[in-house]
Amino acid sequence: MNCRKIIIALSEYLDGALDPILKTSIEIHLAKCEDCRLVVDTTRHTIEIYCKSTPAPLPATTRQRLHDALRKRLQA
Amino acid sequence: MKTPKLDPPDAVPPRPSTVVADDEGTLVAAAKQGDMAAFETLVGRYERKIFRLAQNITQSKEDAEDVMQEAFLKSFQHLAEFQGNSRFYTWLVRIAVNQALMKLRKRRPNEFSLDQEIETGDDLMPREVEDWGPSPEDRYEQTELGDILSAAIADLEPGFRIVFQLRDIEELSTEETAEALGLSVPAVKSRLLRARLKLRQKLNRHFRKEEVN
Repeated sequence: MNCRKIIIALSEYLDGALDPILKTSIEIHLAKCEDCRLVVDTTRHTIEIYCKSTPAPLPATTRQRLHDALRKRLQA
Repeated sequence: MKTPKLDPPDAVPPRPSTVVADDEGTLVAAAKQGDMAAFETLVGRYERKIFRLAQNITQSKEDAEDVMQEAFLKSFQHLAEFQGNSRFYTWLVRIAVNQALMKLRKRRPNEFSLDQEIETGDDLMPREVEDWGPSPEDRYEQTELGDILSAAIADLEPGFRIVFQLRDIEELSTEETAEALGLSVPAVKSRLLRARLKLRQKLNRHFRKEEVN
């Protein structure tokens, strides 16, 4: 296992989609390689920040137009 | 400066769905019977997320508004075809994605293709590797953080942006994302990895410890 292979397997590692042998070999590498650890941690954090992010409220006029359009077209 | 930290092997947390409420099935069943109030409850529940999805894909508020209206309209008109094999929200997202992609292809027929070649090889290796600390997002006000996240994702190429949006924000599976976009599963995985790495790199400018005053 080397740094390049860690990066290639990064997504599936973070998604918990790797087979146990590969997962273990990645973790052995991470225990020794600070740079890879930081990449794994910050990529995980990136995903979590976006996943947790709350969409902004719709502008009132946009929302009104949506509901007006739906009522008009669905009740026609 | 760097603080080495290794999460335990089982620390990769499963990400519980944040988009489905318990009464969704009841509301969908009522809407199928023509209950407009039930449908409007579903609209109210998902309108923000569908608007953000459409805006992230089209990069235009006007187009996003059109996409959102058409997506809800079509979902109601085709509700009888929804068999409940997936979550209603997933089904709605797929309708919205179709509408948004149609809008994008109409607007930029020669520029936009999900199938375009993506770079491979050396571009994957991160150039900047720095510690962010435990909660770097707490350093920013909510609005400012929202602006940072929006700008970073807007800066991605469409083929990366849309895959990331569906997989990591809308929480579709890899297979659902592939089906929604007409891509192969390996193509989705490849784009997702690159999108995640590119976003990490963009956020690094804001979240690295050196940015703390």
